[in-house]
Formats: sequence, C-alpha cells, structure tokens
Amino acid sequence: MDNIIIISIVALGGIGLLSAVVLYFIKSKFKVFEDPRIDEVEEALPSANCGSCGFPGCRSFAETVVKSAKDNKSIEGLFCPVGGNDVMQNVGKIVGLEVEKTEPLIAVIRCNGTHTNSPGKIQYEGATSCAFTHALFTGEGGCQYGCLGHGDCVDACDFDAIHMNPETGLPVVNDKCTACGACVEACPRDIIELRKKGPKDRRIFVSCVNKEKGGPAKKNCSVACIGCGKCEKVCNFDAITITSFLAYIDFQKCTLCRKCVEVCPTSAIWEVNFKPRKPKPLKPEGSVERNPVPVKKPVTTTDQAKIDKVKVDSKTEENKKHNS
Amino acid sequence: MTMFTISGSPHVHGDESTKKLMYGVVYAMLPAMLVSIYYFGFNAVRVLILAVASSLFFEWLIQKYLIKGPVTITDGSALVTGILLAFNVPTNFPGWMVIVGALVAIGVAKMSFGGLGKNVFNPALVARVFLLISFPVQMTSWPKPVPISKGFMVDVITGPTPLGFMKEGLGAGQTVSQLQAQLPGYVDYLLGQMGGSMGEVSAIALILGGIYMLWRKIITWEIPVSILVTVFVFSGILWLINPEMYVDPVFELLTGGLLLGAFFMATDMVTSPMTRGGQLLFGFGIGLLTILIRIWGAYPEGVSFAILLMNAAVPLINRAFKPRRFGAKPGVVINK
Amino acid sequence: MGILKTFTLGGVHPEENKLSSNTPIEVMSLPDQAIVPLGQNLGAPSKPIVKKGDKVKTGQLIAEAGGFISANIHSPVSGTVLKIDNLIGMSGFRRPSIVINTDGDEWEENIDRSANLVTEISDSSQEIVEKIKQAGLVGMGGATFPTFVKLMPPPGKKADYLIVNGVECEPYLTADHRLMLEKGQEIVVGTKILMKALKADKAIIGIENNKPDAISHMAELTRNEKNITVIPLKVKYPQGGERQLIKSTLNREVPSGKLPIEVGCVVQNVGTVFAVYEAVQKNKPLFERVVTVTGKSVKKPSNFLTRIGTPISKLVEAAEGLPENTGKIIGGGPMMGKALASLDVPVVKGSSGILLMPDEESHRKPESPCIRCSKCTQVCPMGLEPFLLARVSKVGKFDLAENEKIMDCIECGSCQYTCPANIPLLDYLRLGKSKVGNIIRNRKK
Repeated sequence: MDNIIIISIVALGGIGLLSAVVLYFIKSKFKVFEDPRIDEVEEALPSANCGSCGFPGCRSFAETVVKSAKDNKSIEGLFCPVGGNDVMQNVGKIVGLEVEKTEPLIAVIRCNGTHTNSPGKIQYEGATSCAFTHALFTGEGGCQYGCLGHGDCVDACDFDAIHMNPETGLPVVNDKCTACGACVEACPRDIIELRKKGPKDRRIFVSCVNKEKGGPAKKNCSVACIGCGKCEKVCNFDAITITSFLAYIDFQKCTLCRKCVEVCPTSAIWEVNFKPRKPKPLKPEGSVERNPVPVKKPVTTTDQAKIDKVKVDSKTEENKKHNS
Repeated sequence: MTMFTISGSPHVHGDESTKKLMYGVVYAMLPAMLVSIYYFGFNAVRVLILAVASSLFFEWLIQKYLIKGPVTITDGSALVTGILLAFNVPTNFPGWMVIVGALVAIGVAKMSFGGLGKNVFNPALVARVFLLISFPVQMTSWPKPVPISKGFMVDVITGPTPLGFMKEGLGAGQTVSQLQAQLPGYVDYLLGQMGGSMGEVSAIALILGGIYMLWRKIITWEIPVSILVTVFVFSGILWLINPEMYVDPVFELLTGGLLLGAFFMATDMVTSPMTRGGQLLFGFGIGLLTILIRIWGAYPEGVSFAILLMNAAVPLINRAFKPRRFGAKPGVVINK
Repeated sequence: MGILKTFTLGGVHPEENKLSSNTPIEVMSLPDQAIVPLGQNLGAPSKPIVKKGDKVKTGQLIAEAGGFISANIHSPVSGTVLKIDNLIGMSGFRRPSIVINTDGDEWEENIDRSANLVTEISDSSQEIVEKIKQAGLVGMGGATFPTFVKLMPPPGKKADYLIVNGVECEPYLTADHRLMLEKGQEIVVGTKILMKALKADKAIIGIENNKPDAISHMAELTRNEKNITVIPLKVKYPQGGERQLIKSTLNREVPSGKLPIEVGCVVQNVGTVFAVYEAVQKNKPLFERVVTVTGKSVKKPSNFLTRIGTPISKLVEAAEGLPENTGKIIGGGPMMGKALASLDVPVVKGSSGILLMPDEESHRKPESPCIRCSKCTQVCPMGLEPFLLARVSKVGKFDLAENEKIMDCIECGSCQYTCPANIPLLDYLRLGKSKVGNIIRNRKK
C-alpha cells in the first residue's frame, strides 16, 4: 500500500513539475511585448468598462492613450468622464504629458412635467418602455415632448445615479453621475442633457423641451416654456437663444446671474443649489413647483438610503400601476 | 366619465390564461388520483395532501420572505408540481420525506432558477431523483394495491413493481415467459392493479387524462406520440430478436412511469422545446434513453432520468429547430 | 362548397362581432369645420398649395404630393381656408393640418356627380395610372400606401393577377362588406380598370365566409366575367393580410422582405377599387370614405359615408352618442387599430372604423412570467417566434432580433392575443422593429 502512495505522489508531482517547466518556457518564448505603461494606465482608470470614453473597455482606452502619446505626443480628445480630472491627471503623469483640466459635467433632466404640473389626461397600459410609448402617444400628461416616466434612463445608468421619483413621475439625478451619456442616449425625447456641473454644484437651465406654441404648450403643462423671449431680452451675456418657441441657455456662456429665472412667466427656468431669494408675489396657485432647497453637502448614507427606497418604491409602484 | 385608456394594439385578448392551463392539467390528473385512492386507500390521500400542501407552503414562503416579491401560489403551477411529486413516490413513503421532496422540487428545481418559466429541469422529476438517491430503500419499496372494497386503511404489504421484478428475474437468468407467468396480466396494468407509485398504476386513467389535455389544447400530440412510438419500436425490435430475453413492447408501454412521463412530465411546457421538430426529437431522445436505461442500465425504471437528460438538451434543441418561416422558400416566383 | 381555402401557418379566431353588417351606408352631413391633416399616407407628407383666406371647392386640390411615395389631397368641403396649423391627428401627435370653414358643398365642375354606372373604360393604361395619381388615391384598408405606385411595377416585373381584398378580417368592421353589397357593380368595373392598368389577365376577389350575402352578390355580378373569380375564404385572422391572402387564393408565398409583385400579384382593398372607379370614370378625387362606428354599447352601430376631415365626435353623435361606460376609443379594428386619446381627431383616408370599447374590456390583464408554452409561435402567420423576439428587443439585442427576422412581422397581434401570460408581445416587437429599422437605414447610408 505504501508503495502505491509513494508512486502516486512521485508520478503526479513529476507531471506537475514537468508541466510547470514547459509552460514557463512557452510563456517566455511566445511573450508579446507590451508597453508596460498600458498596465499602469489601466490601473489608474476606474475599471467601470462603461464605454463612455468611446472605447470598448478601460484596457482599450489605456492602449489608445499610450499609442497616442507615443505617436502624436499628445492625448488631446481622450477623456475618461467617470474618472474625471483627477484620473486624467494621473494618466497624464504616467505618459509624461500635460492634460488640460475640463469642467465636470452632469446629466440634467430638462422637464418639469410632474403629475401636478401636467396632470394625466389618459391612462396608459402596456410595456414600460419609453422607446415604445414615445411612438405610441404623447404621454399621459398630453405634452408630446415631455418625460414619459417609464425609466429607460434609469435602466441605462451603470452608476446608480438616476432614479425615478414616484411622486413626480420624473427621474432625479444624484451625485454619482459621471456624465457618461448613457441616459442621454436612452431618452427617446432628448430630454436629458449633459451640462456643466457649475461652481458649488450650481447651474441654471430651461426645464422644458417643448417646441409648440405657447397656447398648446400651456394647455398640457403649466410650467412649459412658451417661447415668450423675456429671458433672451434680459440676458446680458448672449447666453439664451429662442428656437421654435423654446428657450435654450448655453452653459458655456451662462454666468449664473439668475436674471432669467426671475423674469420667466411660467417658471420654466430652474436654478439649482442657489440660496433662496426674498419671497416674490405668488404665481397662480397649484401650478408652480419650485426646485428644492439648496443641497449644500454631497449625498450621505441616509440620503442614499432614501434614494434607494425611492428606487424600490418606484419599481413596485410602476409594477402596481401597470399591472392593475 | 372615467379617463380613457390608451395602449398598443391588440385591444382584445383570447380566453387563454396560465391559470386555466395549469388547472386543466390538474383536472386531467383526476382519474389517476381517483384510481390510486381506490387501490391504495388512506395512504394515497395522505401523500397527496402532504405533497400539495408542502409545495404550496414552500412556494409561498420563498416568494414572500426570500424573494420579497408578489406571491403567486394561486396560479396552479405549485399545485401541479405537488400532485406530480405525489404521483412519483410510493404511497407508504414517510411524510417528512415527502416534505423534503417538495422543498427540493419547489425551492431547488424551480425557485432557484428564477421561478415560473425559468427552470431548466422538471421540478417533480428533480425531486424524485433526489429522493431516489437519498432514500433508496424507501423509494423502492412499493406497496401492493388493495382495492378500497377491502378496506380504506389496511396495512401495507410491499413488493417490487412489474418492471423491477422483470429486471431482477432476467438478471438472475430466468426467461421472460417464466417471469410473466408470475406477474399480473395486461388488463391489470390497464386498470391499475399492480405495484408501483400512484402515477404508474392505471394506464387507462392516464390515457384518459392525456386525451383530455389534447382536446383542451393544453398539450400537443408531438411529444407523447414520439415517446411512445420510439419506446414501442425499439423494444419491439429487441423483442423480435429474442423474445425470451426482452419483454414485449406492450409490457414496456403499460408498466413503469412511461405513460405518466409521456403525458404529464415530458410535456411540461417550461422544460420542453418550442417547435414541432424540436418536440419530435425531444420525444425520440426520451424514448431511446428510457429503453437504454431499462434494459442495460442499473435501474429498472428509466423515464425520469431520460426526461431530465433531454431537459438539459432543450436550449440547444430550441436553437437548432426554428419554425417554418413564411416566405423562406421562394416557391412560385413569377418575376426574378 | 367544399373545403374553404385558407392559409396554413398560424392564425387566431377572435370574436367577429359584426354588429353593423346589416346597416346600410348612411351619408353623413358635412362638418362645420374640416381639419385635413397633411400626412394621410405612408411616405412623405403632402405639401399645401393653399393659404389662409383661400376659397376652395369640394374636390379641389389643396395639397400636392411631397415626394415620389406621397399623394395629393383634395378638399372635402367647399369654404374658406382658416389656417394651416399643427393639430392633433389620428397619430395622437400634433401634425400640420389644413383647417377649412365649411360654406355649402360646391363641387369642382369636372366631377361627374351623376349616379349612372359607367362601364366603358376609355382611358389607356397610362392614363388610368395618371388619373389615379392625380386623384390622390391611397390604400383604404388602413395601410394608406399611394395606389399609383403599386400600379407601376419596377422594370422586369409584371403582375398576372390582381387580387381584390374584400376579406375584412378585423372584428367589428363592416365598411367593406356594405360597400360590396351596395356598390358591387362599381367595384367590378373598378376591378377591370385596375386589370387594364396593370395589364393583368386575371383578377380574384377574396371574401371571408362570414359575409355570405356579399359572396353571392359579387359572384352573381361576375358570373359572366371569365377573368374575375370570387373566392370565399375560411374565417381566420389575419386572412386580410396581403401575404396571407395571396397564399390562400393562389398558393404563392411572397418571399421574406419582398413585395407581392415578386410573385406576380398586386393586392388592392375593395374600398380602394371603388375609389378607383370613381376617380377614373367620374373624375372624382378621394375625399370621402365609408367609416364604421361600432361597439357593444353603441346604441346605433352604423356605417357612415364621411368626408375626410370630419371630427370623429360628429360620427359618434350620429351613432346616438358616446356610451357612458366607454373606456377606449379605437381608430380601426380591435386587433390592429390605434387607441386614440380623444374624440377630437379628424377622419382621414385610412380610417376604416371607430370602435368604442366598454370599460370592462378596455384594460389589460396583469402580466405574468412566460411559461414557454409556444402558443405565440403556433399562431404567428409569418412563422416567427414572438417570445424570443420580444425578449431580445426588451434587452436590446437588436442584431439577434434582425437575424431572427423581426422585420418580417406584420404586427397582426395574433401572438399577444393568444399569450396565456398576458405578456405585451406586440409592444416589444414594435419597439424591436423600429430600432432594427433604424439600424438598417443607418447601415445603408
């Protein structure tokens, strides 16, 4: 019996040792030379493999960066939105090049057609997919440009940064947003836009994409942009343009002076994270929903739990609503 | 006036529903249930109630507390699994083992794959095989049938099933005709007076159930027919070669779990192929494997293993067999 | 009668509910204001040639075809153009429409308003096609494909059969049925006109077997016509789909991705054929059609001869009002019709019917998991696997959807009708089709 044990150990051990030696030689002989900096760059990247840099995966981005640094002596145009400026600075150090800092961007939902502002005029039943309902009908509120609330954007997000708020029926973006652009792609009505995050997280934008004339627009939603032009006139920085009865604020030119917000008759322009101003004369009651009170701190764990709860509730709400 | 509803077409729906299909299967199993109660008395009722109740309980438990999703025990699928589980065990099976079987069927074979519609293997068969391997003694001591006229709660005398008896005897060197003389005749197989589990006994009851399901369009003919024909043909060929070593095909058809498997287990929609060609191949495979296991395998009964093995092949079968596309073949082409 | 012809692959049997099949066609009075959408056909929308303030007569050209695959639009009333604005149409969206304030009913002079039947076909094939093009005819079965394009086969391709689609397989709709009963002779002349235009030797009129009076009437009218045959067909949805119709009547299968002309057929709806008669023999362009107003709670299910641009609310009023318990308004039939948001949309060239559904039947049943019963595959008339296509469309695997021939889907709805788990198969199929269609278009660019 002992013999067998010794023979087994020697035989198997010998095979193992032989394989190890053979494999070592094969590995050395067939080794592919790779610039070691590719591994270093890949280490520095966030490994989200989300594709928002435009390349299939972080490794591919790393290879492109190193190649571009070698061939063109510059990595202009290559940017990882998820890692942001910090990561790109590190990448720049690894390849020995200067990287310009870019302004951080965030996804912005340009619609305020909540259940109060744009009350439902018809009931929808069927597949919960914005891409489908977009072509089927205008939307429960009646506005054919407004948010449908089925959450294609929520499904598209890899970073848990966007969730549906069941009370308003609109998505909400939180601080985890890396501006990768997945939700922008997913929205069939082009409601989401990547805009500058702004100093202290402050930004101003027109929360409407309705291109109809004032009359039909307001019939469906009380906070629609009617294209009256007051904001365009009052802007001293040429940041606002009106096309097809819709105002648009160019975030590169906007200086956050807040004048346009004051003059908008339908409260279609939103200011986010500003200090509240002195109270103004009341707008027609029930129709205005101002943006929330300034959020001074980044999302904490309790906030995160609330958002998660909203996510779970909204899913079951959605299921209940569409399965009843 | 209520708000109008808007949705994509079609705006009408036919009569079909999952619940109706499942309960239809339950009605189809009623004749077999009644025959079993007639022959096995109180024990049959005991096993049935235990299997059904524990299946429903485990599904409720898992859906409510583990998955924390909607509870769907009324859709009839757990009921069907429970009854099929009861059909697969001997009526003198200890109660707690039945409950373990239900846990394996619902928890392991169905829920862990994702619930209704997502399981790869037939849950009742997974439970049967699990019980067979874990409790081989209890799973192979089959009670002899005692008509209810002789009493509802009689002591159970156990003995082998006809298949088991035949296999053992042939293995010991006896011939088919010697063994068949000691077994009940075909009429008994048809009616149900033979040893076996509840679902194995009465061929007529099972065939009746099968015809009912075909009429209600719950199942289609491809799978049962291909299984039975394959078994008949292969065992027929062997029997023609040597009638003393291989039993005749009618015996093969009427004994064991073949009819139960062909009509109720293999036709389970979730685990069977989607197209006609696929279903025919599926049935052929099951028939072939059944004969192989029955004749040359270690077990006297091969249907459960055959079905489980073919279940594993179903995703591949679905990829290979597509329905006939309209307009795929040019047919008459007037203009090139 | 023997065994009725039918198509062999798939099909379902919804309840027929032909509530208005015995109600003769009623002429609807003119609306006070006609709202004429500019996009009433498949293909490019039409371009208006009138402006605010213009006076128009009934039958006058008010919009020209906006491309090759497009159609002219003619005024349905006489009066003054109020405005050209974006108004809600059948699609549910605001689209450019011409609004005309009605003032009397003065017709264009060249239209022959007499009631006599004109049987002689004096125009040549080209003249016929030109007249059809000028009259703005589109497919009246609902697809609204410009008719003259169908009558101009690509070079090298010839039609040997014209098939007149009198099937009307959608439940509830009876417009085509009444048209065959009341205007049968005109339809026969129209058939001959189209045969001449296509230079086709033979014609078939396909009618479903639930319209025995129409079958016998048309058979009687074509008794002496050697080249026109009436074929009764088994009642099965979607018998009226052109591919299924060609298969049933001639046993030819149109190849996947190709048009019926490949197998030498051109299919036209019976309403289109009637409009062809009026356009060619009476110089009357397309500005009115028969619309069925029906529903289980509708007090007076009717078939109305309506001018284009009439708001649906007027039709519903004429059918004795909107039932109290209406839950859904459907433009078309229950299998392929489009649910509408309100009654303030106008009738267009493709409006075959308005179905008012009671609330009890208007709601979808709750969705449950797919049990892989393959009933959807069994009923699909195109031999597809709806369970697979819907699933891959939902998760976004559009290349797989394309390989599995999602573009062959005719959106008949048989799969969703049958599904025991109430899965919205057609919703996801439509989503998949639109995405795959986009991918294919981008690829060609």
